[in-house]
Amino acid sequence: MADVSLPESTAARRTISWPKIPPLVAIAVLWVVAMLVVAILAEAIAPYGVTKMDLRNRLSAPGNAAHWLGTDELGRDVLTRLIFSIRISLLIAFGATAISAIIGTLLGFLAAHFRGLAEQAVLMLADFQASMPFLILALAVLAFFGSSLPLLIGLMGFYGWERYARIARGLAISATGQGYASAIRQLGAAPSRVYLRHILPNIASTLIISMTLVFPEVILLESGLSFLGLGVQPPMTSLGNMVGYGREYIGSAPWIMLTPAAIITLTTLAVSLIGDWLRDKLDPTLA
Amino acid sequence: MTEPLVSVDGLVRTYRMRAGMFGRSRDVRAVDGVTFGINRGETLGLVGESGSGKSTTGRLVLGLENPDAGSVAFHGRPLPATDTSEWRASRARMQMIFQDPLGALDRRLPIAAQVREPLDIHNVEDEEFRTARVAELMRSVRLSDDIGQRYPHELSGGQRQRAVLARALATKPDFLVCDEPVSALDVSIQAQVVNLLIDLQAALNLTMLFISHDLRVVRQISQRVAVMYLGRVVELGNADDLFVSPQHPYTKALVSASPAPGARRTERIVLSGDPPNPAAKPGGCAFHPRCPSAFARCRTAAPALVEVAPDRSVACHLTGVESHAATALGAVA
Repeated sequence: MADVSLPESTAARRTISWPKIPPLVAIAVLWVVAMLVVAILAEAIAPYGVTKMDLRNRLSAPGNAAHWLGTDELGRDVLTRLIFSIRISLLIAFGATAISAIIGTLLGFLAAHFRGLAEQAVLMLADFQASMPFLILALAVLAFFGSSLPLLIGLMGFYGWERYARIARGLAISATGQGYASAIRQLGAAPSRVYLRHILPNIASTLIISMTLVFPEVILLESGLSFLGLGVQPPMTSLGNMVGYGREYIGSAPWIMLTPAAIITLTTLAVSLIGDWLRDKLDPTLA
Repeated sequence: MTEPLVSVDGLVRTYRMRAGMFGRSRDVRAVDGVTFGINRGETLGLVGESGSGKSTTGRLVLGLENPDAGSVAFHGRPLPATDTSEWRASRARMQMIFQDPLGALDRRLPIAAQVREPLDIHNVEDEEFRTARVAELMRSVRLSDDIGQRYPHELSGGQRQRAVLARALATKPDFLVCDEPVSALDVSIQAQVVNLLIDLQAALNLTMLFISHDLRVVRQISQRVAVMYLGRVVELGNADDLFVSPQHPYTKALVSASPAPGARRTERIVLSGDPPNPAAKPGGCAFHPRCPSAFARCRTAAPALVEVAPDRSVACHLTGVESHAATALGAVA
């Protein structure tokens, strides 16, 4: 038979070949890594304390030796505040995205597996979530319980779960209809193996795309809540918080607002680029 | 005779079907009282046209679905209920080969990982053993080692089906249900896969239920054949005999419609009437509207599957009459 005589070199070459990373994606990865490093080492690299005021240099423009990115209306160093804001915002955005992805996917799988009443219940909750403006829900919760960082992350974790739930349910149902899931089931695999080892990797690309969509929305939502005074509370600072307070000085000192806005834009763009590239990489049929 | 490895008794499977959004729901009996046994090391061919309930029968026999009535016994013991842990454990002894091998394989995993999967699931031996067993399986289905590193979409249809076969054989099952395993392959590859199945069956003493609508393939691989029509077995017997001298009018029509190279054509029986619709089964014998030799009784009473000769059962009023007459004549003589 012809295929018996094939040399083994093809297999060897296949494992060695390193995936080529497009330059744009490489830049995006570097950016996100840089943001993470900044977030982790915030104390070490920040030139001043986050609440340290320099009253003689209030609203000083960027580019001077003492304050590279200038100062705000209280004379606080914008670079320092930016560094700490990145830490808080990334914590909230990554934490909340992960929580909502896990909750949503889990509920979607439960709905697809049990069908019937469980499915109806999950879909009803998803509809409820989708029909209710999340900002109002968040305002209500924060007004009742007060704002704290863990509560904020947990609350944001409920943002967007219904999308994952719907996607995961729909794709899992169609996967069980297709051959591979039922084939694995009839091999004697427990449902956890079928869902986690086979269906999840097969639908991961879609879930990753929706994660990259939710990520920027969480950052923006946090910005909105902070702007309304219900998000991150001073003296703690976040990117949204900075934009919110910097807005008053947009005419006289635009750098207070523009630097965090630029960070938000670049980070969300980088996450989207990475997600898009990752989706293609995860699919061996597109390789 | 020893007890059959698989014995199927009076299987019934009914599906609820609703016509339109507000239509009344209707029960469709996809499988309606199927009874047969498969001896160890034997292949039973199951033939019939689309909608005759062949595939459903296969799924019921494997316990992938629970029957509404009747029972399946494997090694003399009834099958555990679907999706219980005993049922999962029992999968190591019985496996299925699917019609569409690309659909049956996970496109994100390399072939070797998938062949290994049943060993991982059923916790067979240790790592080393499993790796060695995968290599052995790949060889036994005549796939080279480097194919193990490839993904399903990179393989040809025949290679994929052999990979599925290797996966099914991983836990050394006793019983294999092949649901139209070659109908998606082209003819030369069909022969390759069928011959491989025959060789493996002989080597491993496999028992098989081979479902197909292709009479040539069934005849080549099966020792016994069951013919299904609208959820019932209408004829059951030794493969060679059944194809040479079909008794049931439906089997006669099937056999006459199947081309045989070199053979002079006898007249071909062309069935008239509508193809069968399992949702609107005619009363009496389900075949009577299309049967060239139907008579009054066929419209009112459904014939039972009765043994008319050694290893030959037919469900037809006509053969019943003939054989009764024959035995009566024999008694006189």
